Amino acid sequence: MNSHENLMSPEYKEAIKDLLLQLADDDFMYSYRGSEWLGLAPHIEADIASSSISQDSMGHAAMYYKLLEDLGVGEANELAHCRVANERKNSILTERVNGEGYYMDTPQYDWAYAVVRSYFYTQAKKIKIDSLCESSYRPVAEAAVKVRMELYYHRLHWETWFKQLMNSTEVAKKKMNDAITLVMDDFGDVFSYGNQKQAIETNRLIGTEEELKENWKESITPVFLALQMTVPFIPEKPIKNGRNGEHTKDLDEALITLSEVYNLDPVAVW
Amino acid sequence: MTSLLITAEEQEEQLAHFMQRIEAEDKIEADDWMPEEYRQTLIKLISMHGMSEIMGALPEKEWVPKAPTLNRKLGIMAKVQDEMGHGQLLLRVTEDLLLPYGKNRGDLMQDLFNGDLKFHNVFHMETKTWADAGVIGWLVDGAAIITQTNMLKASYGPYARALQRICAEEVFHAQHGESIIMALAEGTNEQRAMVQESLNRWWEPLLMFFGPASKETTGSSKQDLTIKYKIRTKTNEEFRQLFFDKYIPRILSLGLTIPDPTLNYDAESNLWSYKQPDWNEFKKIIKNQGPRSQERLNLRRHSYEYNSWVREALSATVR
Repeated sequence: MNSHENLMSPEYKEAIKDLLLQLADDDFMYSYRGSEWLGLAPHIEADIASSSISQDSMGHAAMYYKLLEDLGVGEANELAHCRVANERKNSILTERVNGEGYYMDTPQYDWAYAVVRSYFYTQAKKIKIDSLCESSYRPVAEAAVKVRMELYYHRLHWETWFKQLMNSTEVAKKKMNDAITLVMDDFGDVFSYGNQKQAIETNRLIGTEEELKENWKESITPVFLALQMTVPFIPEKPIKNGRNGEHTKDLDEALITLSEVYNLDPVAVW
Repeated sequence: MTSLLITAEEQEEQLAHFMQRIEAEDKIEADDWMPEEYRQTLIKLISMHGMSEIMGALPEKEWVPKAPTLNRKLGIMAKVQDEMGHGQLLLRVTEDLLLPYGKNRGDLMQDLFNGDLKFHNVFHMETKTWADAGVIGWLVDGAAIITQTNMLKASYGPYARALQRICAEEVFHAQHGESIIMALAEGTNEQRAMVQESLNRWWEPLLMFFGPASKETTGSSKQDLTIKYKIRTKTNEEFRQLFFDKYIPRILSLGLTIPDPTLNYDAESNLWSYKQPDWNEFKKIIKNQGPRSQERLNLRRHSYEYNSWVREALSATVR
C-alpha cells in the first residue's frame, strides 16, 4: 500500500476510482474508434496524423488504467478488456460508431463526424486536463501534465480541420453541420461525473461540472465567432449517462471486437 | 535561336555520361537528366513499393482494434502508422519522377484501382488469427528488410534516402512481430498451435515474396534492369536464400516446424533446396486475383471515393 492510499478515506478512494475510470474509458474508446479509421482517411497525411493522435490517446488510457491498477482496482489489461458495458464509464460520445458498416468490410465512415467529434472531444479533454493539473490526487495531476504536452498538438490539429472544412464548399458545410448536431446530441454526459459528482467535486479531484462546461464554451467561442456560427448548446440532461454505466449498442459491439483475442484466454500472456 | 532538339550523337553522349555516373556510384537526383528507361523503371518500382506500404497496412489493420493488450494495441497502431508513413514518403518520391508526364498522386490512386499499378503479392493474402499479425511483422517485414537494405545504396538518391528511414523503422517492426510470436510460442498449447497454423499458411506467400528466380516463370521481370542501373545488386533467388539463412534457424529455435519436408541445406553449394511455391497461384495474385485482392482494393477504392468531398473541400480552401 502506498502513501497516497494510506491517506485516503473510502469516499475519496471511491471518487478517484470513478474519475479515473471515466478518464481511462473515454480515451480508450476514443482511440479505438480512431484505430478503425487506419488506412481509410481521405488523405494519406490525414491518416498518419490522426492515427498518431489515436496512439497517444491509447497511451493516455493506459496511463489511467495503470493508476487504477496502483490503487488495487484491478490489472490494467483486465480493466480495459474484461469489463462489461454497464461497468464502463466512458461518455457515449466516444463509443459511437464512425459511420455505417463494420471496419472489416467496406464501412461508410464519415470524416465530418470524425473531425467534429475529435475537435469537440479534444477541446473538452483539454479543459479537463488543465483542471486535473491542480487535482488533489497527485498521481493524476502528474499524469495530466504529461497528457497536456501531447494534447496541445491534438487540439491544434482538429481545430485546423474544423475551420478548414467549415470554410469551404457547401457540401462540406452541410456535412459538418449535420455532424455538429449528432455530436452535440451525445454531449450531455461529457462533463458529467454521474453519481459520483458530489464526492469528485468536494474532494477537489477536478473542477466542477458547471465550471468545466463554462470553460469549454468560452474556449470554443472565438472559433465559432470567427466562423459566424452560434456556440453549440450542451444538453442539460444526457440521452444516456455513460458515467453511470448507461450505454448504446455501439459499445456492446465494440467490446466484442476489442476483446476478441484477449477473451480467447484471459489468463494467457499475449 | 538555339534548337532544343539534340542530335543522335549528343543523345548517345548523354546516355554514356549517365551510365558513367551510375558506374561511378554517383547519386542521380530528381532534376538530373535520366534515360526514359531508368525513369520508367524507378516509377514502376517506387510507386509499387509505396502502394504496397499503403495496401499492406490493410491486412494488419484488421488486427489493430483486436490487439489483446494495451501494449500490443499501442505497438501495432504505431507499426501500421509507420507503414502508411512509408507509403507517403515513397509516393512523394514517385510524384517528382512523374512531373514530366503531368501525373500526380491522384493518378497513381486511379492506376491502383484500375489494376495498372500493382501492390506486393504478399498483401493479397487473408489474415485469420492474431498470430498473423506477428508473422507479418516478424517474417514479412523481415523479408522486406532483406530486399530493401539491398537498395540502400541505390543509384537514385531520393529513393536511397527514403529507404534509410524505412529500413530503420522496419527493424523495429520485425522486433514487434518477433515479440508477438515469442509470447505465443512460449504460451499455452492453443497459442503455440495458433503460431504453427499461421506459419503453415504464410510459408508459401513468404517464398513468393521475393518473386520467381527468372522471368521465364511469369514472362517478365524487372530484376535485370534494376541490377543494370545499380538500383539493387542481388537477384530474387539470392534474396530468398538470404531469408532462409537468417530465419530458418530462428523459426526452428522456437520449436516451430517449417511446412516443407523437402527443405534441405547443401553445405557444398551453401544453398537451400526447397519445394517451389505454386507459381501459377503467384501469376493469379499479381493480376489482382489473389485470395483478398479485390476486397482490399475495394476497401481502398470505396473509402477514397466516399471521402472525395474532403479533398474537394480542401482544394477549395486553398484556392
